[in-house]
Amino acid sequence: MPKVSELQEITTQVRRDILRMVHKVNSGHPGGSLGCTEFIVALYNEVMELKEGFDMDGKDEDLFFLSNGHISPVFYSVLARRGYFPVDELNTFRLLNSRLQGHPTTHEGLPGVRIASGSLGQGMSVAIGAAQAKKLNKDSNLVYTLHGDGELQEGQNWEAIMYAAGKKVDNLISTIDLNGQQIDGSTDDVLPMGSIKAKFEAFGWDVLEIKDGNDLDAILNGYKEAKSRTGKGKPVCVLLYTMMGNGVDFMMHTHAWHGKAPSDEQLENALSQNPETLGDY
Amino acid sequence: MKKYIDQGKNDTRSGYGEGMTELGRTNPNVVALCADLVGSLKIQEFINENPERFFQIGIAEANMMGIAAGLTIGGKIPFTGTFANFSTGRVYDQIRQSIAYSNKNVKICASHAGLTLGEDGATHQILEDIGLMKMLPGMTVINPCDFNQTKAATIAIAEYEGPVYLRFGRPKVANFTPVDQKFEIGKALMLSEGTDVTIIATGHLVWEALVAAENLENQGISAEVINIHTIKPLDDEAILKSVRKTGCIVTAEEHNHLGGLGESVARVLATKHPTPQEFVATNDTFGESGTPAQLMEKYGLNNKAIEQAVLSVLKRK
Repeated sequence: MPKVSELQEITTQVRRDILRMVHKVNSGHPGGSLGCTEFIVALYNEVMELKEGFDMDGKDEDLFFLSNGHISPVFYSVLARRGYFPVDELNTFRLLNSRLQGHPTTHEGLPGVRIASGSLGQGMSVAIGAAQAKKLNKDSNLVYTLHGDGELQEGQNWEAIMYAAGKKVDNLISTIDLNGQQIDGSTDDVLPMGSIKAKFEAFGWDVLEIKDGNDLDAILNGYKEAKSRTGKGKPVCVLLYTMMGNGVDFMMHTHAWHGKAPSDEQLENALSQNPETLGDY
Repeated sequence: MKKYIDQGKNDTRSGYGEGMTELGRTNPNVVALCADLVGSLKIQEFINENPERFFQIGIAEANMMGIAAGLTIGGKIPFTGTFANFSTGRVYDQIRQSIAYSNKNVKICASHAGLTLGEDGATHQILEDIGLMKMLPGMTVINPCDFNQTKAATIAIAEYEGPVYLRFGRPKVANFTPVDQKFEIGKALMLSEGTDVTIIATGHLVWEALVAAENLENQGISAEVINIHTIKPLDDEAILKSVRKTGCIVTAEEHNHLGGLGESVARVLATKHPTPQEFVATNDTFGESGTPAQLMEKYGLNNKAIEQAVLSVLKRK
């Protein structure tokens, strides 16, 4: 098991990758990416059981589906740093002929990606299918998903949430990134959703909360607990309370950086808050 | 012209059901999904024999398309089942992103297509589905003509790697193709050779085209009838070969003339061999309640309409 300090080093480097990728093409989504950096780093470097290399079927390993595909910068950086493809390829993010499309896709054959996402609300259904395929294949590994909280406004999620509980898809751990922000403002201003926890519980899920979703210790302990709750007849939901734009002071406490790139000066400032650890691409 | 015998009326959806039963016995990777329409899709036998390979989704078609995409990850070959309207328009973005763009090996199997589901009316009829599905890059679009061909197509698409839209219907119609005929995706079938006009038909309109050709023969007109069961990829060569001989063409389909088989054929002809063409299809309209026969008569989709279209196109040669 890597030490938390090692995960912290990866986290800081991934933050730099996100900021530099988005800055270079003057587009992309840094806010949600930075908010989920600790989680995705922990997932790929500690929480999930992964095979070496990549094949689409992913038998006998854990799978992850990113439903809120706009946070592709953190996904790409973590995949590259985990060895799925060369780190230098992060240089091609959002460029013509790149495998690193604005939103993740299988279309260009990027290792690590198993479904296109971007149009919101579809990832949980796909993950349920993959989880049920695992059961048919007598494969005891787990399926993980990540969804934005604003994304839950898409109705397909609730079809999937109802189905997963009703059909006892208990090899699924779905994480909701509760940062309380979406493009047009706070989720409470755009569309108040009430208690997400009460909703999942009412639908029949086993729900646990990680109150500090940007703290690696809290994440590691939380997912250890989440894993222990699988295989008991209920899908597991993790409510991960995160700070959008985490790690860059001027990007926190606002929805402004959902889909906006930093200027040259802002990049310099942001990078100075996250000194290089593993080496820039 | 070659004569075809109706072996006994049957519904194309039952051809799908029998095809699924056979796949259940021969291909362990095939799984079936359904959105609360098991009886309509005729898959009870598959379910009885393979309960662990059946997924009852409930009335949630968007979720069904996503689950189907996910089941391919792990090597399954999912066949989704619901009405054509709920298989396409209702879930277009799910199919577009999670299946077509993601290139997932999902078979979208759609019953009750076109007008001939009858009395339920326009909310359940769909005349736009061929257009919707053929516009998706990488999607194969198949519309078999009778029970035997639907069964053969169901079995054939399991062997093909990639997303497929399989369109069939509700009413009992003539079953006339040979029971042992091999189904080749993308390969048009010459049903009856002729010299004066080409009739290209798909789905329920193929039998109507054969009836029309027989009536035309009695008037001294030699019609060539081709069954296009695969609208995408289209068998360009078969179409071009025929019109080079006949010099004019009628296309016939239970679908809007916008976006259907006729437009696909017109594109081939306009770029390769400009040819006078008439369209037997609905004219940018929704359907309505009525019996299948009444609807096909009112909306101009029967053998009489094909005959009239032939007489019109012959004048333009």
